[in-house]
Amino acid sequence: MSAAASAAGRTNRPVSVASFAQAHNVRRDDEHNEVEMLMPVVAEVFGAIGITKDDVDFICSGSSDYLIGGPFSFVTALDAVGVWPPKPESHVEMDGAWALYEAWVLLQEGEIDAALVYCFGRSSPGNLNEILALQLDPYYVAPLWPDPVSLAALQARALIDAGKATEEDFAAIASRSRRDALSNPNAQVANDTPAQTLLEDEYVVSPLRRHALPPITDGVAAIVLAAGDKARRWSKSPAWITGFDHRIETHSLGARDLTSSSSTAMAAQRAGLSDGPVDIAEIHAPFAHQEIILVEALGLDDTVAINPSGGALAANPIMSAGLIRIGEAASRISSGQARRAVAHATSGPCLQQNLVCVLEGE
Amino acid sequence: MPDSEALHASHRLEYPYSRSVGPVIGAFLTGLRDGRLLGVKGSNGSVIVPPTEYDPTTGDDTGDMVDVGPGGVVESWAWVSHPLPKHPLTTPFAWALVRLDGADTALLHAVDSGGPDELATGDRVTVRFRPAAERIGAMADIEAFVPEGGAA
Amino acid sequence: MADPTTTEDLGPVTTLATPIRLDFEFTPGVAQSRFLRGLEQGKFMGQRCPTCGKVYVPSRGSCPTDGVPTTEDVALANVGTVTTYCVVNVPFAGQSIEIPYICAQVLLDGANISFMGLIQEIPADQIRMGMRVEAVWVEPDQLTPSLESVRYFRPNGEPDADYETYKEYL
Repeated sequence: MSAAASAAGRTNRPVSVASFAQAHNVRRDDEHNEVEMLMPVVAEVFGAIGITKDDVDFICSGSSDYLIGGPFSFVTALDAVGVWPPKPESHVEMDGAWALYEAWVLLQEGEIDAALVYCFGRSSPGNLNEILALQLDPYYVAPLWPDPVSLAALQARALIDAGKATEEDFAAIASRSRRDALSNPNAQVANDTPAQTLLEDEYVVSPLRRHALPPITDGVAAIVLAAGDKARRWSKSPAWITGFDHRIETHSLGARDLTSSSSTAMAAQRAGLSDGPVDIAEIHAPFAHQEIILVEALGLDDTVAINPSGGALAANPIMSAGLIRIGEAASRISSGQARRAVAHATSGPCLQQNLVCVLEGE
Repeated sequence: MPDSEALHASHRLEYPYSRSVGPVIGAFLTGLRDGRLLGVKGSNGSVIVPPTEYDPTTGDDTGDMVDVGPGGVVESWAWVSHPLPKHPLTTPFAWALVRLDGADTALLHAVDSGGPDELATGDRVTVRFRPAAERIGAMADIEAFVPEGGAA
Repeated sequence: MADPTTTEDLGPVTTLATPIRLDFEFTPGVAQSRFLRGLEQGKFMGQRCPTCGKVYVPSRGSCPTDGVPTTEDVALANVGTVTTYCVVNVPFAGQSIEIPYICAQVLLDGANISFMGLIQEIPADQIRMGMRVEAVWVEPDQLTPSLESVRYFRPNGEPDADYETYKEYL
């Protein structure tokens, strides 16, 4: 690969994560509609840096209407921001991490200096097992209604059969994640349970026991991206995005090597992850075994703190959990806990599509 | 919900979609209705099952259809003790990626193996079609795969 | 799709039926629930924006122009003005009203946004912009937290509203 191509995902124009906010993640918020869930988080993401909606030039959101069965819910969600006079605005039917990518690309073009990115998703109103089957091949796979846990279990079995992991490894990851989540005030599942105890869990779909699954979560999150003077003015210690890329693999599950993540490795390479060491990694691994695949694809060694927030095993708000990884990583840079960090987001069955964002402090 | 200020209502959404299948998927589904399993030649000569109009790794057009199966090898599997309402079988079963004889990629379907102890990666399985009169040209024309030799 | 039960000659499969049925437990949220509970009481409830002062009915909980919570509940009048309308002449599946009928945007007195209502008790060719109308509710024991509590709007006999009073709401 040429030097120019390999640097495609690296930043020309410095862009910082100027502000990040998320709702407290819960199993079920059946009191509020999407606008009511978003309003306090949008107010917080602006308020934390003393700005208003008038200070951003672009708005991009990530959500999926299938989750509440409400067509065009992403349009009504804009009422949480109050986009008057009208602003350039866009939406992706993806996790907010991909909405952030779109905003970052626009910032790279230099036409705008600041963007609001938000995402929302409620897993509780519908049946997630059925809704997520709808993202699969509609001819060969979706008509069989395989649920996301079953597909992840196929991947976990392949990992075990390949000699790359054991069920004990899955339990150790779950135990560590939920213990780390004790210091995350927004976590939904946080406890200090030894891996040995977790191994007594029943199988949900063998070889995945309950602890290896993410919680079902309702949540929302938002980030303000800033470039130029605004990045400096809004943050004393900006978390700069130095590389950003995302890649997708075939949706033909039987044509993929489920035990590795070539798309993550390629995105990491193009984002320049290996240009230097990272202190922390916020990895979007909804199922415990996926962390093993992703750590390998990202080339992380055991000096890197993996998911200090507890990760998706502590809270997995659909459409937001990826953006939250970027926000968590940026927060640790801004607070001085980390100098360089990598954040990752995933979408689709068995880590089909992956996004890598490299962040640095000064 | 007595403490809740917000109202709640159940709500059903139905999409009566009907999809055009095109020449390649159409040939595969026609094969299922006829009790045959078909793959398609990929750009490097590999055989892709279920067949696609493009090679999933190179993106190139695919070529001729070829017969595959009816037996194959389990590449990975996951045991479902409590089938969900829309799952293909109502009794405990395994989801499996089955690489049919003659194919280079694996097909996702159910394996009716009796129990989790009766199945392992690398096991040979064979297709169990629905009776001809019930087949319509859809994935459900395959009732399930079963262990070769009829262990189940 | 070829159907083996009705034809001997099965051609190639050209289509695939992929029906989807999903069940949800929906909540309209706090603000819209207040509007719906108002309907159960036989009244229209809106909410006022603390920044611009506009009253939305129904409110989704925020001011769509200011992005702030609408926290002040406002009871609106039972009467309003037709801002615009259309006459439906096309029959469609599930239609429960005899055609032609009038579908209008009604700006309730006290509100800053109109909403859609059925107009009855007037020949379809006599509807006009600015017409003053009133809501006709179902019997008190039939009221539910649903727009089905409002049977329709009908002319209330007042003189038409001046165009200037509703031109901003078209």
